[in-house]
Amino acid sequence: MLSLYEVPVRSRLLLGTARFPSPAVLAEAVQASGAEVLTVSLRRESAGERAGQAFWSIVRELGARVLPNTAGCHTVKEAVTTAHMAREVFATSWIKLEVIGEEDTLQPDVFGLVEAARILCAEGFEVFPYTTEDLIVAERLLAAGCRVLMPWGAPIGSGMGLNNLFGLKALRAHFPAVPLVIDAGIGVPSHAAQALELGFDAVLINTAVSQAVDPVRMAAAFAQAVSAGHEAFLAGPMEPRDMAVPSTPVVGSALLR
Amino acid sequence: MNIQVNGEWREVRAADLAAALAELGFAEAVIATAVNGTFVPAPKRSAAALADGDRLEVLAPMQGG
Repeated sequence: MLSLYEVPVRSRLLLGTARFPSPAVLAEAVQASGAEVLTVSLRRESAGERAGQAFWSIVRELGARVLPNTAGCHTVKEAVTTAHMAREVFATSWIKLEVIGEEDTLQPDVFGLVEAARILCAEGFEVFPYTTEDLIVAERLLAAGCRVLMPWGAPIGSGMGLNNLFGLKALRAHFPAVPLVIDAGIGVPSHAAQALELGFDAVLINTAVSQAVDPVRMAAAFAQAVSAGHEAFLAGPMEPRDMAVPSTPVVGSALLR
Repeated sequence: MNIQVNGEWREVRAADLAAALAELGFAEAVIATAVNGTFVPAPKRSAAALADGDRLEVLAPMQGG
């Protein structure tokens, strides 16, 4: 079974909670997905609306483990402060660490990411860094104390799938024992299946489910894809070849010319 | 005194953070707070004196990816 910071997780599908059409659809989608880990965030609360209080009671009723993020942070200080605030509000040492470096691609600022990871790991946080597929950055994050890595498949919300197959395969091969979760860029269940087939441990999906025409149905589709992809990985996929190889035995073929 | 609460100027009578939060309607709420960009843990709110012009951030759970 997958283990994230010593926490056993049965479902290899982690789900984001943003951009669902309604809280009811979110709750149904979570159930359909089978996800046991949900990402959440922190935003300014209005004493009048108390939107955050309402959202939090919905999430608590779902009974899932929460993974708070530092979305929207562009500096180490912002990310570290947000992590401190998230730890207090959500009562967890888990933090999905995002330090955004560039607006158009929401590409992580990997230098800031490593620095923030070092600070937070030293303070006892269990850090899930949103990173690129860069091997050296991965090494630095592990050296900083991270024990899970979350490389992007493609820019957040783009739905492009696994953009750099070579880089992702190299990352998987390089760190066979580190839980690797593809975070961001997955658009359809086949992308998720592909990630699991390659041996990635899990995927984190949000927009692909919440922005589907029928998010609940899509959540169930992703659950099946993730499960199929992982089974395929365990089964050991064949090696691709450039030339055809007959699948039907040629021995004993009739001569009918 | 006047302080900024989540970016909006508000007048409060309270002199410390815990009292200000109650005055602003955040009593019992699941929130985390920062004053002038520095996190103030819940147990330290009563001891955190506020000054005119302080920037208070009051954050709560929200949907996230």
